Amino acid sequence: MDIVSLLIQTLNAVQYGLVLFLVASGLTLIFGIMRIINLAHGSFYMIGAYMAFGLSSGITETLPAMIAVGLILSFFIGFVLEWAFYAFLYQREHLEQVLLTYGLILVFEELRSILFGNDVLGVPVPEALAGSIPLTDTLSYPVYLIFISVACLIMAGLLYYLIRHTRLGMMIRAGSHDRNMVQALGINIDLLFRIVFAIGFMLAAFSGMISAPMTSVSPGMGNQVLIISFVVVVIGGIGSVGGAMVAAMVIAFADVFGKLLVPAYAGMFVYLVMALVLLWRPEGIFRKG
Amino acid sequence: MARFFRTFPMIAALAVLLVFPMFGQIFYTELVAKTLILAIFAMSLDLLVGYTGLVSFGHAAYFGIAAYAVALLTPAGAVNAIWWVLPASVLAAALAALVIGVFVLRTKGIYFIMVTLAFAQMAFFLFHDTDLGGGSDGIFLNSKPTVTVFGQQALSLENPTHIYYFVLALTVTVYLLLRWLLKTSFGHILIGIRSNEHRMVAMGYNTFHYKLAIFTIAGALAGLAGFLQVVLTGFVTPEMLAWHQSGNVLLVVILGGIGTLIGPVLGAFTFVALQEFAQGLVARWQLVMGIFVILVVFALPGGLAAIPARLRRRLVKGGGE
Repeated sequence: MDIVSLLIQTLNAVQYGLVLFLVASGLTLIFGIMRIINLAHGSFYMIGAYMAFGLSSGITETLPAMIAVGLILSFFIGFVLEWAFYAFLYQREHLEQVLLTYGLILVFEELRSILFGNDVLGVPVPEALAGSIPLTDTLSYPVYLIFISVACLIMAGLLYYLIRHTRLGMMIRAGSHDRNMVQALGINIDLLFRIVFAIGFMLAAFSGMISAPMTSVSPGMGNQVLIISFVVVVIGGIGSVGGAMVAAMVIAFADVFGKLLVPAYAGMFVYLVMALVLLWRPEGIFRKG
Repeated sequence: MARFFRTFPMIAALAVLLVFPMFGQIFYTELVAKTLILAIFAMSLDLLVGYTGLVSFGHAAYFGIAAYAVALLTPAGAVNAIWWVLPASVLAAALAALVIGVFVLRTKGIYFIMVTLAFAQMAFFLFHDTDLGGGSDGIFLNSKPTVTVFGQQALSLENPTHIYYFVLALTVTVYLLLRWLLKTSFGHILIGIRSNEHRMVAMGYNTFHYKLAIFTIAGALAGLAGFLQVVLTGFVTPEMLAWHQSGNVLLVVILGGIGTLIGPVLGAFTFVALQEFAQGLVARWQLVMGIFVILVVFALPGGLAAIPARLRRRLVKGGGE
């Protein structure tokens, strides 16, 4: 393999890893702070992608406007979902959480089928980002993929700032350590949870939205993302956003280079990596005590 | 008297199942056979989820591995007696569960859920991506195993009614076997592990060995269900190992009520009935299914098997909670 295609594969892996990180970071926040197993998280990704399809076909033309509308809309949907369904799950067992969120997957899939049908749909790449950068005479790299990486990095930076340097972030971190104490200090934990959940939804939907022009929009797209994000969350250590970043990169590189080196066994490769990591550290790489 | 009220509905249900194929159409006979297979599958999972407190999200792996074993072990043109095909396929599933169990039982809680899923996904991609078992299309069974007793053909597994009685007999056998098993000290140790593993360790039990034993048994029984499924349908696809399958059987167990043996059976019948009913009623049957599942979580903690106890409590207390 020459140096240019190695570069291309590395860029692909980084881009895939960043998208995975965004989806998984929401999942790990919801896991770590609210102690909820959210099987419907993949559906949130799917909702984002279909939102991109809906918005791009007629409602908004420009990309920034589409992203802004999408973010606000998804935050709102997440807020309402938490209020309507997830708020009832805090005192329930893992099993019931699995059951309810599994039910939600079925409902979301069917609503999607009613609204958009079962065809694979394409979302056009915005014109300004449609070109590609030539690397050699024959190889080039699409600008849009670089845009995805940059957008994800910006989101990750904002998330880091939010968690580390704001009052809300302080409450989130405190909540993941000891939620009773946070409540005893007079913080409205219900509202805090609702906001965390809405942020998680927004991150998943955003990833789906910006990935849509590249991956096309199809039924079942959420499930695949869901399982891989679970793998990321578990490898990184539940509740650890930093761990999710490292794990997302590990998984993305394992996937991209696995497909290159052992094509027939690429599907197994990611799960093999997960099994090995968990045998080495049964609670994930970054799990604290 | 209380014992009579508990066993009578079961005997009545068994009687209905025994005479059922004489009245129903072939379609319904096969449907009920399918349901009973799901019931065996769900009972095996309940050994882990309900009795030992191990929530496995990859139980379909053993179901599918046994099914693939049947398809791969029976060469075309040969006569394959059930007396070795059945044990061989169940053994394949048990062996897979034993090996995977050694790894996954080192983890706990959410991590256990995810690692079992990861191993099941590995098995799924092994059959889906490689040529081992016909790739993503799956394979047809060359011929169904023959059932001969003393040189006479006892059952024909080409005949749906024969398969039905074969499946029914095995369902009842598995049920009675598990009921006995759970009453032995082995069963009590499992329940002890579910309620407080630390205490069991402190009492001197090596809980890992017990968990590995039940994980293997559950895998073997899931394998039995997989064997029956492939005998019924005649083909295997990677979908039998897919995570949806693991999710559905978990759903059946929770729906019926975990920690009981009759729960998974009730869950299987409800699940299949709901699926068929909703499919016939509306095109959007998944929507109905999803809403039903959500309602069960809100309104029915403990699953269907807990309904009689809830009714009794309500009657005794005169309607007050």
